[in-house]
Amino acid sequence: MPKLTMVQALNLALNQEMASDDRVIVLGEDVGMDGGVFRVTDGLYAAYGRQRVLDTPLAESGIVGMSIGMAIYGLRPVCEMQFSGFVYQAFHQLEGHAARMRWRSQGRYHVPMVLRAPYGGGVRALEHHSESREAYYAHTPGLKMVIPSGPRNARALLVAAIRDPDPVVFFEPKALYRAYREDVPQEEEVLPIGKSQTVREGGDLTIVTYGAMLRPVLAAATTLQEQSGAAAEVIDLQTIAPLDDSLFVASARRTGRVMIVHEAPRSFGPGAEIVARLVEKAFYHLEEPIVRVTGYDVVFPLFARENSYLPNADRVLRTARRLIAA
Amino acid sequence: MPRRRIELNDHIAHLTILDEKGAVDKKLDPHLPPALLLKLYRAMVRGRRFDERLLDLQRQGRIGTFPPTSGQEAAQLGAVAVLQPEDWMVPAFRETAAEVWRGRSLESVILAYGGFSEAASLDPPGPTLPVSIPVGSQMLHAVGIGWAARYRGEDRVALTFFGDGATSEGDFHEAMNFAAVFRAPVIFLCQNNQWAISIPRTQQTRSPTIAQKALAYGMAGIQVDGNDILAVYAAVAEAADRARAGGGPTLVECETYRMMMHTTADDPKRYRSEEEVEGWRRKDPITRFEIYLQRRRLLTKAKIAAIAQEVLEEIQAAVDAAEAKMRTIGDPVTIFDHAYAELTPALRAQREAFQAEQAAATKEGSDA
Repeated sequence: MPKLTMVQALNLALNQEMASDDRVIVLGEDVGMDGGVFRVTDGLYAAYGRQRVLDTPLAESGIVGMSIGMAIYGLRPVCEMQFSGFVYQAFHQLEGHAARMRWRSQGRYHVPMVLRAPYGGGVRALEHHSESREAYYAHTPGLKMVIPSGPRNARALLVAAIRDPDPVVFFEPKALYRAYREDVPQEEEVLPIGKSQTVREGGDLTIVTYGAMLRPVLAAATTLQEQSGAAAEVIDLQTIAPLDDSLFVASARRTGRVMIVHEAPRSFGPGAEIVARLVEKAFYHLEEPIVRVTGYDVVFPLFARENSYLPNADRVLRTARRLIAA
Repeated sequence: MPRRRIELNDHIAHLTILDEKGAVDKKLDPHLPPALLLKLYRAMVRGRRFDERLLDLQRQGRIGTFPPTSGQEAAQLGAVAVLQPEDWMVPAFRETAAEVWRGRSLESVILAYGGFSEAASLDPPGPTLPVSIPVGSQMLHAVGIGWAARYRGEDRVALTFFGDGATSEGDFHEAMNFAAVFRAPVIFLCQNNQWAISIPRTQQTRSPTIAQKALAYGMAGIQVDGNDILAVYAAVAEAADRARAGGGPTLVECETYRMMMHTTADDPKRYRSEEEVEGWRRKDPITRFEIYLQRRRLLTKAKIAAIAQEVLEEIQAAVDAAEAKMRTIGDPVTIFDHAYAELTPALRAQREAFQAEQAAATKEGSDA
């Protein structure tokens, strides 16, 4: 099995879906000749030509609005936003149309499109290039919100997103784009949207996380076990909306102790919904108050301070120790 | 080296074929077949009478807010009459007459303004999108549709409607630019009705015309008398031919007038004079078309009266059918329909809770 970076794995998904389905069209800024600023669409222009890989003018609403029209016509557009911090200029197209067309037309039209965007911190970037604002999309009825955590599930989830009959916002943790390689099968692999995954089993503590935060969480869980013998169960959401609460609720009922880790700001973040689900479905099994290790409710700092803002393995470990000791 | 003048060879034309007195420019008359002319006349009359009836229904509290189309019948119907059934129409929200031309029933319109999303399920499967309320945002969908049609090698054009206010929106710019860059077969039909709620056209843009904005995007543009249905038809036919031939998009500015309020929630007396409205009343699109058809001996006084009567009966039947449906349409649990292709687990749970709540409320009501 070839070992691929996340960029290569995403490229594999796009390439194979384009090869097997001529409805799949890739469009965005610099996605053609240049292969995208992170090279996720590298080689697609050469393979499929300008008819299927569109270098668009520099306008996010134009890209998303045009994608909506293509999807209504029966195509499967996959549009790239250069950074998730620039989706706001297209937010009204997502909220006002992509998410509603199925309902508005009572099923006559639907919008099977994917909006891909790199998100999150950790790459020493400029302002607007590091935020983690998945909650906006998860809060919007009619959209799906997917965030992979590694090369292999990035590929399999992107395939699922392209084939999904509803609009999917697909956030790619750019800190992981080239961070490490993973075995990714050449053969088709699809992971269902709306399903979380238990990536580490344990009976003492439940940690719920997703995206780029999975790696520091796993590192902390390993250290915790080595140092104290306590076993943390780690659940990777993979899909933020529709949220799969089955695994983390079952896990919380077993462990009674839950930590949620995300880099998004704390208030009204995805963790708040997870806490609500746990209160509704596992309240009497909880031994301790649920804790959140998250970004803060501030503008994402410029990069000299980003490591102070972002949750990391040490912060997760310290919080886990307190939670176990309590 | 020196500062030199850049010649812009493009120009913008203004087209009028049928003037407000009903006089026709015989050389420019598109010579539409009599059956089409009469169908258009009937559709204009139906649009006007339907507007008046909807206003009555709204004032009586039988439907909610709606945006009247009166005065803009020629701009809408002259444009959609050019389309083939498989061409796309991408409306804003003030194109009721055009939607009905494309097959939407009057009953669906009443039901929608009565507050029921189920109205859309009455609409024919043809390629006409539902109304789009956020101003200008729908224009981009027409670009994607037009592009997709060309990608598929299908000879279809997309006609999108918007108003003078929309030309200030970023999406107007992005749609015009994308369509021109990709040479998409799109017709941008601006119903310049002079007012965006209370803001007059002159406060919306300093451009002397809206049509000239086409030049900056490298596309064809034309201004027409939007109350002249023959001119609208001719300009849109030319744009459709250009699009089908691979010549890309066209901006057609129809100069018209919103004779009534923006929506029924608006009072235009606050911002515009009765003299201005009177001036436009003399340019009414139906009056001049009626004169034209009478001169061509396609209409008589008796036929005009007969059409008026038939249209009123058609509207009455639609009102009766829609009101009967509104009384019996039933279970609000349909709010959960068509959220996604399949209900998500959370939505299934919410739907069950909703039904339990409804049942409990009904029980309490019957106990009381």
